[in-house]
Amino acid sequence: MAIIARTGNEAMAEAMRQINPDVVAAYPITPATEVVMIFASFVADGLVSTEYIPVESEHSAMSACVGASAAGGRVMTATSSQGLALMYEILPIASALRLPIIISEVNRALSGPINIHCDHSDTMAARDFGWIQIFSEDAQEAYDNVLQCLKIAEKVKLPAMATTDGFIISHCMSKIETLEDDEVKKFVGEYSPTLPLLDIKEPKTFGLLDLQDYYFEHKMPVVEAMKEAKKVILEVGKEFGEKYGREYGFFEKYRLDDAEVAIVALGSTAGTAKVVVDDLRDKGVKAGLLKLRVFRPFPAEELAEVLAPLKAVAIMDRSDSYNTQGGPLYTEIRSALFDLAKKPKLINYIYGLGGRDIGLEEINSIYTDLASAEKLAAVNYLGVRE
Amino acid sequence: MSKKLGWKELPFGDSIKAGTAEQFETGDWRSLKPIWYADRCIHCMRCWINCPDSSIEVKDGKMTGIDLKHCKGCGICAFECPVKKPGKAITMEAER
Amino acid sequence: MATLKDLSKKKELLTGGHRACAGCGATIVARQVMLASDKPIVVVAATGCLEVTTTIFPYSAWNVPFLHNAFENAAATLSGVTAAYEALKKKGKIKDDINFVAFGGDGGTYDIGLQSLSGAMERGHNLLYVCYNNQAYMNTGVQRSSATARAAHTTTEPAGKVKPGKDRFPKDLTGIMAAHNIPYVGQSVIGMVNNDLIKKAEKAFSINGPKFLNVFQPCRLGWAYKPEETLELGRLAADTCIWPLYEVVDGVWKLTYKPREKKPVTDFMFKQERFRHLKKPENKHIIDEIQNEVDRRWEELRKRCGDM
Repeated sequence: MAIIARTGNEAMAEAMRQINPDVVAAYPITPATEVVMIFASFVADGLVSTEYIPVESEHSAMSACVGASAAGGRVMTATSSQGLALMYEILPIASALRLPIIISEVNRALSGPINIHCDHSDTMAARDFGWIQIFSEDAQEAYDNVLQCLKIAEKVKLPAMATTDGFIISHCMSKIETLEDDEVKKFVGEYSPTLPLLDIKEPKTFGLLDLQDYYFEHKMPVVEAMKEAKKVILEVGKEFGEKYGREYGFFEKYRLDDAEVAIVALGSTAGTAKVVVDDLRDKGVKAGLLKLRVFRPFPAEELAEVLAPLKAVAIMDRSDSYNTQGGPLYTEIRSALFDLAKKPKLINYIYGLGGRDIGLEEINSIYTDLASAEKLAAVNYLGVRE
Repeated sequence: MSKKLGWKELPFGDSIKAGTAEQFETGDWRSLKPIWYADRCIHCMRCWINCPDSSIEVKDGKMTGIDLKHCKGCGICAFECPVKKPGKAITMEAER
Repeated sequence: MATLKDLSKKKELLTGGHRACAGCGATIVARQVMLASDKPIVVVAATGCLEVTTTIFPYSAWNVPFLHNAFENAAATLSGVTAAYEALKKKGKIKDDINFVAFGGDGGTYDIGLQSLSGAMERGHNLLYVCYNNQAYMNTGVQRSSATARAAHTTTEPAGKVKPGKDRFPKDLTGIMAAHNIPYVGQSVIGMVNNDLIKKAEKAFSINGPKFLNVFQPCRLGWAYKPEETLELGRLAADTCIWPLYEVVDGVWKLTYKPREKKPVTDFMFKQERFRHLKKPENKHIIDEIQNEVDRRWEELRKRCGDM
């Protein structure tokens, strides 16, 4: 193990170097560009044996990833925002073909207006394509999640994206602990594709046309694989903890067990919220935090169980669904709690769009609000000027 | 493959083994049927190389027949046949 | 070129039982290109007639490894396949020599797939991209593309009371590909008695690097002619110089076919219903316009090929 200073982008690129995939096809886009640049320098310096394809667009990046993964290679890419959006068309094709492609995704607001800063609208819009989605609070988690995503994806044969928050994590230096190259090699193991296209002795056809009689059937294995992913994510997170001291589950409970009010957040905001929780605890407020790590598959039962005893919970969405009923995280958690006999009051905060700062004060105000949650509107837009 | 497969019975991912279309009949599309005259045939392979349905049967460099299970009766083979005397080695006739 | 007799001893790589129209030219293109390979072959196809008609689950007509991804990305997809092949070969996980081919229609190549194609060609992957160019989006019901002929009737630029079909002449995609300065670019057609397409595909396969073949492919559905005349229309396209046959090898342009007598464009056009409206006397000027443009492009090509 080594303790080093790395930005989120450097941490993800480092994980990719240690994985040494067969193929990386990538295109630059702020704020994920550095992942591609750093990886390209690894290629140029002979530090990886990867075939690197500097494609002419993210659409081609994902298309080439599908080709390379179908061929039988271990395949990764990195992107953000518009880049991920350009990949959207191909994402459900990758999951239907059951290709364990990995994206190092750096969360950034979708245009328009064009904005290069963090929110989760890019990743959230990709939530229904049969991809595993794992969020990271900091550079350490970004590194750990890239490694774990690969292992999870290859076990359940679904593609996966490990995400960090643009600029907040991607460009901020912090202390991280990395594994030795050999450890990573052992952890991810040798890749053995299920049905490689390049098996010329037993040729097969991939990506067929389904009429009304087969399309539905072809979607069901993706549903099953997602169920399987729930088990595998926990197994891999546990193994990671046993081996390297950092265990991962679907979420992290921070001072939640005896809490009366709590916030649920994804990514870097959880780090800020922890500071607020500590401060409130010092003042005697029973505040807690649930940092959700895994958004797809969605751990509904597990969330319901830990949130049930609370009095009021604020669900923090860094994107809007524009359904007029709240952000995607809120609606899914609301649905997860629906069948509970006794449930907390849920309040939705949509915040931080386009990189709008969320600081200690704002988060503190949410905990204050939760004390009289009955008076609050269900959906609130935090920090926007009228 | 007349019975529709359930999702648990499907091949992995979105795949199928090669060449299964062989089992699908398209011969019933025909309104015209190619008739091959072996005695006129010069085995030039022009019908074979230009058949869209891979339905000219060949063996050891010679034509041996027509695969009527798949032939759609387009008539390319008869049109392309270069034999003139005593007549083309393939002609088209109406299906019954 | 191997003789047809020799080729006929090879394993058939595209089975019957696919759902292409009777007399379809696209499957002829696919068969002939694959037969030209002396190595195992791996195919990627863009969404389109060829892909849709040959892969209706659970029936595949392909006797080679085949992958379909989406409409506009056959070249990018195949570039990923070749990259994985290179990586796995370096590691000793694959030993076979393989030829890689992408098939795309003119919609998937001239239009929506042009960027992906240009990118793959510029990056220098060792693959052959074959455009089966039938001058419209036939799979979805004969919509116009940038390959569609001037004044042709299509369902999105139809011949109506005041507008006689397509406004524009087709763009020169083969020239665009030649401008990528790749080792091999060829323009071919099905139906030539000298098996022009097989020869060009053989040559392309023998060259390392990115290769592009633009193959003119008569379509009986979209062009509306008798199904047995698919190859005849191909020959007429070459004989009228509407579709000249040439290749650009390492930047050197060369005609591969010169009609003994250049036929008038109407010999090709009037066999097809898509040009039916041009038979009206008031549209005679459009025929003249087309003839002039075909002549101009042919003379320009001859110059480039040093044929004058």
